[in-house]
This record gives sequence, C-alpha cells and structure tokens, in this order.
Amino acid sequence: MTLCAGMIQESLAAAGDPSQLLPARQQMAFTLGFHIILVPFGVALTTLMLVANYRGLRHGDAEAMLLARRWSKVAAVLFAVGAITGTVLSFELGILWPGLMGRYGAAFGFPFAIEGLFFFLEAIFVSIYIYGWRRLRPWPHFWTGVVVSLSSVGGAAAVIASNSWMNQPGGFTLRGGRVATVRPAEVFFNGAFWWELVHMLLAAYIVAGFVVAGVYAAGMLRGRTSYYHRTGFLIGFVTAAVAVPFQMVVGDSIARYVYDAESPKFSAIEMLPATGTHVPETLGGILRDGRVRYGLRIPDGASLLSGFSVNTRVKGLDAIPARYRPSDQEVTTVHLAFDVMVGLSSALLLLALWYAWLRWRRRPVERQRWFLRACVLGGPAAIACLETGWITTEVGRQPWIVVGHLLTRDAVATHGDLWAFFAAVLAVYAAVGVTAGAVLISMKRRWQADGGDSVNVPYGPRGPVPEPAGKAGA
Amino acid sequence: MPELVAAFLFIGVVAYSLFGGADFGAGFWDLTAGGAARGRAPRHLVDVSLSPIWEANHTWLIYCLVMLWSGFPAAFAAITTTLYFPLGIAALGIVLRGAGFAFRHASISTAHQRFFGAAFALSSLLTPYCFGSIAGGIASGRVPSGGNGDAVTSWLNPTSALGGVLAVLVCAYLAAVYLCVAAARLPDPALERYFRDRALAAALVTGAVSIAGIFVLRSDAHRLFDELDYRALPLVIVAALAGAATIVLMVLRKDSTAWLREGAGAAVALVVLGWGVAQYPYLLGTHLSIDDAAAPDATLWVQVGVAVAAGVLILPSLVVLFRLAGRGRLAAPADQTSG
Ligand code: HDD
Ligand code: HEM
Ligand code: HEM
Repeated sequence: MTLCAGMIQESLAAAGDPSQLLPARQQMAFTLGFHIILVPFGVALTTLMLVANYRGLRHGDAEAMLLARRWSKVAAVLFAVGAITGTVLSFELGILWPGLMGRYGAAFGFPFAIEGLFFFLEAIFVSIYIYGWRRLRPWPHFWTGVVVSLSSVGGAAAVIASNSWMNQPGGFTLRGGRVATVRPAEVFFNGAFWWELVHMLLAAYIVAGFVVAGVYAAGMLRGRTSYYHRTGFLIGFVTAAVAVPFQMVVGDSIARYVYDAESPKFSAIEMLPATGTHVPETLGGILRDGRVRYGLRIPDGASLLSGFSVNTRVKGLDAIPARYRPSDQEVTTVHLAFDVMVGLSSALLLLALWYAWLRWRRRPVERQRWFLRACVLGGPAAIACLETGWITTEVGRQPWIVVGHLLTRDAVATHGDLWAFFAAVLAVYAAVGVTAGAVLISMKRRWQADGGDSVNVPYGPRGPVPEPAGKAGA
Repeated sequence: MPELVAAFLFIGVVAYSLFGGADFGAGFWDLTAGGAARGRAPRHLVDVSLSPIWEANHTWLIYCLVMLWSGFPAAFAAITTTLYFPLGIAALGIVLRGAGFAFRHASISTAHQRFFGAAFALSSLLTPYCFGSIAGGIASGRVPSGGNGDAVTSWLNPTSALGGVLAVLVCAYLAAVYLCVAAARLPDPALERYFRDRALAAALVTGAVSIAGIFVLRSDAHRLFDELDYRALPLVIVAALAGAATIVLMVLRKDSTAWLREGAGAAVALVVLGWGVAQYPYLLGTHLSIDDAAAPDATLWVQVGVAVAAGVLILPSLVVLFRLAGRGRLAAPADQTSG
C-alpha cells in the first residue's frame, strides 16, 4: 500500500509539494465525482417525475402515474446515496482542507448552511411525497412534489455559489490574513455564479433525461414497447434533447466569459503555451515540456471563437507568473476534459436531431434499433460531459484553491496519513455504489414481475413484519 | 452576536444528541436483538419508527458542521486538524450506517441485507463513541487554538473515553425509551415490556457511569469539573433528577408510558447543555473564546437568518410528515399492499 502510494506520488506530484497534497486532491476528486452523479437525479429526475404525475392527473393516464410512482422510489434510493456521500464531503472539507476552511470559512462557508436548509426541506418532502401516494389528495400531493424539485434547485444553487466563489472570490476584505468583513450577497452572487448555476442545472436535466431515456430504450430493444415504455422514454428524451442546444449556447458563452475573467484557465483549456493572435484551436493532443504534441490544429480557431476575429489576442500559459503556472499534466487534463465535454455534447446534439428527423418523418421510434442503441449510450455520454466539465472547472483552477488568494498546497492538511483515509473511503464508496446498483436492478425486476410499484425504499413507508430470513429470500 | 450563533450551534448539538442519539441507539438495540427469528419484532419496530425521520435526524449533524465552519472557522480547522482520526471514523461510520439503513430493506439478496444490517448496527456503536470522544477532547482542552494537536491523546484519554462510553449509553437509553413508547402506541405489550426492561437497564448503567465520570473529570479536566460543579450545577442536578424520575416511573408505573420520553429527553438535553454552560465563554477548552474564533458579523447574521428560516420552514414540514407517517401506520392493512 505505502509502496504503491509512494510510486504514484512520484509520478504525479510535483517536487516540493507537501506529501499530503496528492492523496487529498485525489480523494476530493473521487468523492466529488461520485457525489455529482447523484445530483442530477435529485434535481431533475424529480422534475421528470412531476411531468409524469401531471400527465397522469390531467389526462387520467394510469401508466404515467405508474411511472411517476416508480420514479419517486428510484429518486428516494438515489437521494439517500446523495445524502450519504454529501455528508462525507462535509467532513472532508475540514479533514483534507483545513487551510481553506480555517482561513476562508467565514467568507464562503455560509452558502453551505443555505444548502443544508434546502436539502433538509427536500428530504422531508421526498418523504411526504412518497408517503402521500395513497394518503393525500392528488393535487396537493402533486404540489408536495413541486417543493421537492424547487428545493433541490435551491440547494444546488447554494453549493454552486461556494464553488464559483472559489473561482471568482469576492465580497470580503482581509486584515492581517484574517477575513475581516464579509458582504454575503457579493459572496453568493459572485461573477461566476449565474454561469455555473445555469450550466449545471441544464446539465442535470440532460443527464437525468438521457439516463432515463436510455433505460427505456434498452427495454424497447428487448421488445418491451408498450405505451408505458414509450412514455417513459419520451419524457426523458424530450427533456434532455431540448436542453442540449441551450446548454451548448450557454457553454459557449461561459467559455468566452472564462476568456475574459479567468484567463489562466482559458490558456489551459486551449492548451496554449504562448500569448498571441491568430491562435489555432487544438483538438486533442498533450502538453509536454511546455510544448504541444499531437492533436489536430484548426488555424485561427481559438482566436475566432474567443473574439470573433482572427486578430483576437489570447493569453497563453507564458502570461502566468512561473510560480503560479499549472503543470503540463494539469494543463493536458483540463484541455482533454474540455474536448471530451464539447465532443460528446456535439454527439448528443446529433442524437437530438436524429430524433427530430424521425418525428418529422413520422417513424415510430420503437422500431428504430440503431437509434435506440444510440440512446442507450446517451446516458453514459451525458454523465461523461458532467464529469469532464467539472474536471475543466476544478483542475483548471490549479494551482489555486481560491483563485489569487490561497494555493491548494497551502490549504491541505499537514498531519496524519491521508492515503489510509482515502483507501477506506474508496472501499466504502465501492460497497455503497455496488449496492445502490443492485438495489435499483432488483427494484426493476420486482416491478417487471408483479407490475405494481411495491418495494421498500428509504424515506418510504415500511411493509408488514418481514418473514424470517430465508423464507422471504427476495 | 457571536454568542447568539454559538447558542444556535449548541441547539444543533443538543438536537443531534437527542434525535441522532435515539437513531444510533436504535442501531444498538438492533445489534443486540439476537438471531433473525428472535430479533424480528424489535428490528421491525426500529425500522418502522426510524424510516420517516432518519434523514431529518442526521441532517442535524450537517447543520452543526456548517454552523461551526462558517461561524467559527478557526475552531473548526483546529478541531479537524487535531481530531481527524475520530472524525474520519465517524464519517465512514455515518456512510455505512446510512447505507445499511437505506438498503437493508430494499429488495436485495439476503447476504447483502445481512452485510448492511451488520454495518448499520456496528457503526451505530462506533460513531457515537467517536463523537463522544471528540466532545471529551474539546472539553478537556486538548485541541489547541492553532490546531494540529496530538492526534492520539486528543481522543484517547480519560475524558474522551468517558464521553464516548456515555454517548453510546445515552443513545441506547434514549432509543429504548422512545421505542418503548412507540410499542405502547401500537399497541404491542410484549415489545413494550421488552424495551421497558432495556430502557431501565440502560438508565441504571448510564447513571452509574455518570457518577464514576465525576471522578474522571475531577482528575482529568479540572476546569470543566469546576464549572460543572459551580455554574452548571443546577443543570446537572435537574438532569440527575429527571433521569432518576424516569427510572422511578418505569419501575412503579408499568402500565403507562406517560412522561417517559419527556423525562429521558430532558435528562440528556440538560447534561449536554451543562457541558455548554461549563465551557462558556470558550469554544475550545479554556483557551479559544467564542468571540476570538467568530467570523465577521455579516456572516453571523446570515447564519442567524438561516437558523430562523429553518425553524419556520422545517418544523411545520416535519409535523406534516409525522402526521402522514402516523396516519399510515393506522391504515396499515391498505398500506401493506401498496408498499
Ligand atoms: C451534460 C453536461 C454538459 C454539457 C453537454 C456541456 N457542459 Fe460544460 N460543464 C458542465 C456540463 C456540461 C458541468 C456541469 O460539468 C460544468 C462544470 C462546472 C459548471 O458550472 O458546469 C461545465 C463547465 C464548463 C466550462 C468551465 C466553466 C468554469 O470553469 O467556470 C466551460 C468553459 C464549459 N463547460 C463549456 C461548455 C461547452 C462549450 C459545451 C458545449 C458545446 C458544454 N460546456 C457542454
Ligand atoms: C460546490 C461544489 C464543489 C466544491 C466546493 C469543490 C471544492 C473542491 C476543493 C476544495 C478541492 C481541492 C482543492 C483543489 O484541488 O483546488 C477540489 C478539487 C477537485 N474537485 Fe471540486 N468542488 C466542487 C465540485 C466538484 C465536482 C462536482 C467535481 C466533479 C467531478 C469536482 C472535481 C474536482 C476535481 C477533479 C478536483 C481535483 C483538482 C486537482 O487537484 O487537480 N469538484 N474541489
Ligand atoms: C456542484 C456541486 C454539488 C451539487 C450541485 C450538489 C447537489 C446536491 C444535491 C442535489 C443533493 C441532494 C441529494 C441528492 O439529490 O442526491 C446533495 C446532497 C448533499 N450534498 Fe451535495 N452537491 C454538490 C457538492 C457538494 C459538496 C462540495 C458538498 C460538501 C460540502 C456537498 C454536501 C452535501 C450534503 C451534506 C448533502 C446531504 C444533505 C442532506 O441530505 O441533508 N455537496 N448535494
């Protein structure tokens, strides 16, 4: 373990970094990367569920109601995993990054309190919604679901506020190295906040929509093409497909905003060693010894994209003081992550257009096997966009943890053995992840077998006293 | 102002001890309920009483963490850089526990269910022990203001051991009392007796350990002891009386569960409050004061706002939820088919 860790450390960490930096960064990246996959379901699956619920109530559509009931239970399972992994994150902020919390907690810590408030509300209403299925009158029940959806948006906004503040810190003054005054509104609504929020919310709809659509597309490929499956597919797919073009427009604007406001990140995204005009756009490739290798160059591309003119001057990595320059490896990571996000978004856009074309030609989707196969891949592709987008944001901030104020290496814990903590976290998350998957699959089996929506889920009511183990066996 | 936020933070600590405590304690009784057949009824009661409120209970912890790190960031960093061992274990315990609770009744294989059932029960012991020992480390002044205190003795010391053991016992006691009342409501006389006996046992053991604890504190945490003996004395006495009263009630009035929950809750809340009062005006031991550790006023105001909003929004929603959950249990037959 230690030996292996030592080897990884040698290959990844820069000389002179504190020994705890690498495990802390890896652990943060892993746990956040895990948690973020659950977020779209808390934020957007609940909305899809409301769409189905609304349809069910308005048009007396029993199948849509069944969808809503089942989705609410899937959301409950995922919500529980989100709550668990989120709790660990809260501990980690303190255990891994005491320098960040101790110095700047006073400035950017409070959005987390707002987040907590919203998630508390969300948790309670998820429970009310699930309990309420046969106990509340239909429309009031529907509105309790609306509270779930809205509070998840509020919670996400609050965390995004903290994160965007790390990218664009503002709203505070320092005295003697301590935060002396805070202007909460400026902290919360910092320069990057609205961009990140809108982009993240759209991402949530895209991920949840394509994942849901993918599940029903897989069902249709196996011959389950009932009205129920088609409705499930359509609600997910249409939501996601509508969001994709908007997301690309927003993403493009963000890129230009980053060009203006976070030029070092933009240099990394474009993998641009030297400042200049007529800057080419490099697709793929890596940075080694300060030079771009491999990759496909589109002449003048980056200049055109950032300022609509080939004469646009784009700052390169050489504009960053050497002390604060990200490593080649970090730059390569950011660049490739960005390329993957944009590349896969374009693929998702094509998928949406394919569907539009099928609609226009009035072809029933359930018979378009290639289209359905592509849809099955849509979910993973959307998740990959989500992850790579976050990698762009987070690794692109390096070496800063709070841009311009605090270096990541000065924020990390100096004592203890973080590799051991990381190993334990990996093991526990693996167990939780595998089981959550197993639970979802077995829920699906039960539903396919008995057609109803009966399963025990967290937050939901419990069935009768179980039979002794062995006999129950389920 | 910092005092107000500290008070709000402490309300969170008390609430977590009461609700989270009962939650952990339920896990304790789950662990000790015996084999699958024998333990079926008590386990089911634990499950039914816990499921609607599990998340709400554990959110108190998040509340405490965020209040601490935005209101008193220096203290937060000092605690995390010193007590990272018990904090890390508690964090993992919470994950396992949450997962265990969430998954053991979802429809997965029996082996899986057993694994998570065990994880749930085991972490129900480990986590409160860690929190208790953290409290002990803070109270006995083992967390230096600048952080990076001794990673071992800060939580492996007499006061921490006392805190840890007491935390586990208090959780078991609270849970047994709550579950006894829940069984009486069902009504299920056998289960009620089952948990009444356990509540009584837990109360007696907790009382004995508390008395022994007086000596531990006197030799290991002088200042805390002096203050408990002086400023916080009224609280400690009332807590002891409340605890004793519930024992008397349980022994003498076997046919009623009235006032049991209130008495047990008050006893525990007052002990925790006693700790807070004894510690005042310091946040850490007797060296980092509330004022010195506090964030700027604007941040504190936001926190007060959040706490008030929580009171206004969360409490009514919780009431609605409890009503619904209660109604569901009455309507059990219809419910069993709908799941
Ligand atoms: C389904 C998800 C998804 C899709 C389809 C896209 N993105 Fe994205 N992107 C994210 C999901 C995402 C995200 C949610 O992961 C990030 C991380 C932080 C954030 O606010 O959004 C992100 C960050 C992010 C950033 C960094 C922002 C910063 O650091 O402040 C840029 C420049 C872009 N995106 C640009 C784009 C472009 C040009 C896209 C399409 C052509 C695009 N994104 C599609
Ligand atoms: C509000 C949300 C978030 C906060 C407050 C946050 C905070 C942090 C902190 C404190 C670090 C360590 C310091 C650093 O490396 O700069 C970090 C690193 C990282 N985070 Fe985030 N993060 C958030 C969201 C995310 C999400 C959703 C992802 C998804 C993948 C993510 C991916 C990463 C990665 C990959 C790193 C490592 C960067 C590196 O060290 O090279 N973050 N984040
Ligand atoms: C961009 C990043 C993040 C977003 C959008 C986000 C969003 C969410 C959402 C929607 C939930 C509800 C659970 C669910 O629906 O699955 C959740 C739970 C939670 N998150 Fe995150 N999160 C992010 C990052 C973080 C970070 C960095 C932390 C740590 C400080 C954190 C702490 C929590 C906690 C403590 C919970 C559980 C709250 C509860 O259930 O009471 N999250 N998060």
